[in-house]
Amino acid sequence: MTKTVTKQKASPPTSLPKCKTGIPGLDEITGGGLPKGRPTLVCGGAGCGKTLMGIEFLVRGAMLHNEPGVFLAFEETAEELAQNVRSLGFDLDELIEKKKLAVDYIYIERSEIEETGEYDLEGLFIRLGHAIDSIGAKRVVLDTLETLFSGLSNLAILRSELRRLFRWLKEKGVTSVITAERGEGSLTRHGLEEYVSDCVLLLDHRVEGQISTRRLRVVKYRGSAHATNEFPFLIDEGGVSVLPITSLQLQHKASIERVSSGVPALDAMLGGHGFFRGSSVLVSGTAGVGKTSLSCHAADACCQRNERCLYIAFEESEAQLLRNMRSIGLDLEPWVKKGLLRFQVARPTMNGLEMHLASIHKQVEAFQPHLVIVDPITSFLSTGTDTEASSMMVRLVDYLKSHQITALLTNLNHAGSVLEQTSVTISSLIDTWLLLRDIELNGERNRGLYILKSRGMAHSNQIREFLLTENGVQLTEVYLGPEGVLTGSARLSQEAKEKATAVQRSLEIESKRGELARRQQALEAQIAVLQLQFQTDKEEMERDIASEQAYLEKLEQSRHEMARSRKADSNGLPAPTKKGRK
Amino acid sequence: MTTQTKSNGHGVQTEEPKLWQLRLYVAGQSPKSVAAFANLKRLCEEHLAGEFEIEVIDLIENPRLAKDDQIVAIPTLVRKLPEPIRKIIGDLSDTERTLVGLQLRSSTK
Repeated sequence: MTKTVTKQKASPPTSLPKCKTGIPGLDEITGGGLPKGRPTLVCGGAGCGKTLMGIEFLVRGAMLHNEPGVFLAFEETAEELAQNVRSLGFDLDELIEKKKLAVDYIYIERSEIEETGEYDLEGLFIRLGHAIDSIGAKRVVLDTLETLFSGLSNLAILRSELRRLFRWLKEKGVTSVITAERGEGSLTRHGLEEYVSDCVLLLDHRVEGQISTRRLRVVKYRGSAHATNEFPFLIDEGGVSVLPITSLQLQHKASIERVSSGVPALDAMLGGHGFFRGSSVLVSGTAGVGKTSLSCHAADACCQRNERCLYIAFEESEAQLLRNMRSIGLDLEPWVKKGLLRFQVARPTMNGLEMHLASIHKQVEAFQPHLVIVDPITSFLSTGTDTEASSMMVRLVDYLKSHQITALLTNLNHAGSVLEQTSVTISSLIDTWLLLRDIELNGERNRGLYILKSRGMAHSNQIREFLLTENGVQLTEVYLGPEGVLTGSARLSQEAKEKATAVQRSLEIESKRGELARRQQALEAQIAVLQLQFQTDKEEMERDIASEQAYLEKLEQSRHEMARSRKADSNGLPAPTKKGRK
Repeated sequence: MTTQTKSNGHGVQTEEPKLWQLRLYVAGQSPKSVAAFANLKRLCEEHLAGEFEIEVIDLIENPRLAKDDQIVAIPTLVRKLPEPIRKIIGDLSDTERTLVGLQLRSSTK
């Protein structure tokens, strides 16, 4: 892809010169505009915008590139034409007055004309030549030459004159646009593509599911690289704009700046700082899980940083959103008044997808927001098929990314669908994906939030309970216990139960402690009693011992005395006691 | 006033009720233009003797004039009077068709 890009960028100087149309997007897909000095065929069915594209080519050429133009109208008069495009902000009369534009109405009615022999279309040439010369035109639009086929019957002359006309236009060096009605099985009804072979644009207006989408395709561009896809384009109050998927080149910058999600606990889960600036954030979940509330928090945080936020709501009106957010303590009204927050509220079915995309583009260009919230993207599904919706989302996300605008998208999952899947299959585009889910347990429904992915940051893998309180969104840790994940009143009751158990346990401990103390006391008492008894016994025994001893001493004494009294050779020695006993 | 303008060119005005006012647009002296003028003159003299006037306009000289009569093809003969306006394109070599175009003869003939 990068290869072709560089090629395209490098080629213009060497390849054929181009004439910028000034129509937004068209110059990008044609690699710089229409072939300069050559005719371009714009074909398509009725009402697909050929005439308008022609007019815009001239008006923008005159206004932006200072190239006057001639409009040769075969179908509408100059007055009708001016009136038709006035609603788009083009003032043809003023341009005509300034000699930036010349309109010539050519009227051919077969019933008024009789053909008698040889003729040519010199009259047309003269008129065109005169118009070109009178204002020095560089651009010419012929809308539509095919009227000639219905007005003139001599095809041989007509064809040779057309061939001459295109040669003549090339010689004049004017860049011309020739419109033609689309034919069955061929690009144009009368085979004009035979003559105009340099560049062919095909416009298409399709209605699918009651919603119309305009598309443009570069069928052919001789001598130039060009995009070959079908590109949606639209016609609104600003004229034609083509919406190329330019940003599929994936070259957007990556900011390392973080922005808060508005919920501190969520920021903490996102590595502590919130989202990356310019990243795409998806909040998905089933109905009523709080996607909008979370989005409004982000909007609030954005405005608090003094940044602008564009809120695109498809389900609620601005007043309703403001009221509802007030109920969770989030007053967004001051931001609206301050001009930091802008709501764009529309029913999804009001426009086709492309119109939505374009109006978002316009709003973004005009408002230059830092954060764009789309709530919800699933609404786009009701206006298109899956592929269209996802291609549109790709372009939206890319567009916002390339402008470094943080995108917060909400996705409504339908009950029963796989949560880890977005309805518009854009999950791979998303940098940070928050999943809100309800957890049903014990007859109640609670909200849980977790981060499914978040590129480029260390993020929490925990499920948090998501509470909508009077003070906004709060995240609490869910109860993780032996009985699994518990939320809501189950969590509360579990917590109460735990508290009760804890209290009981502590009571038990208390009583055990008491018992222990008592036992100790008892033991100590017993010990005291025993000691007392032992003391008594000891004393008694000591007394016995003492009396025993006293007896013995007495006995000895008396024996001594007896021996002394019995003569015994008393040498005054104690020995005689022994002797005396023997 | 019964002046008959036999001649070509920027004829004399008459109030003859049967006056045919014809205008021939040409581009310079191209063969087709020359042929158309010759054919027209011949035809008028044959069928409208004395009741016509022919004005020849050269668009190369006056390109501005092409707008008024919505001229695309060259040569174009415009029957200004009697009304309604009729346009006949080509070199008028097909006399029958020219007469039909001028409503000098019904187309069914």
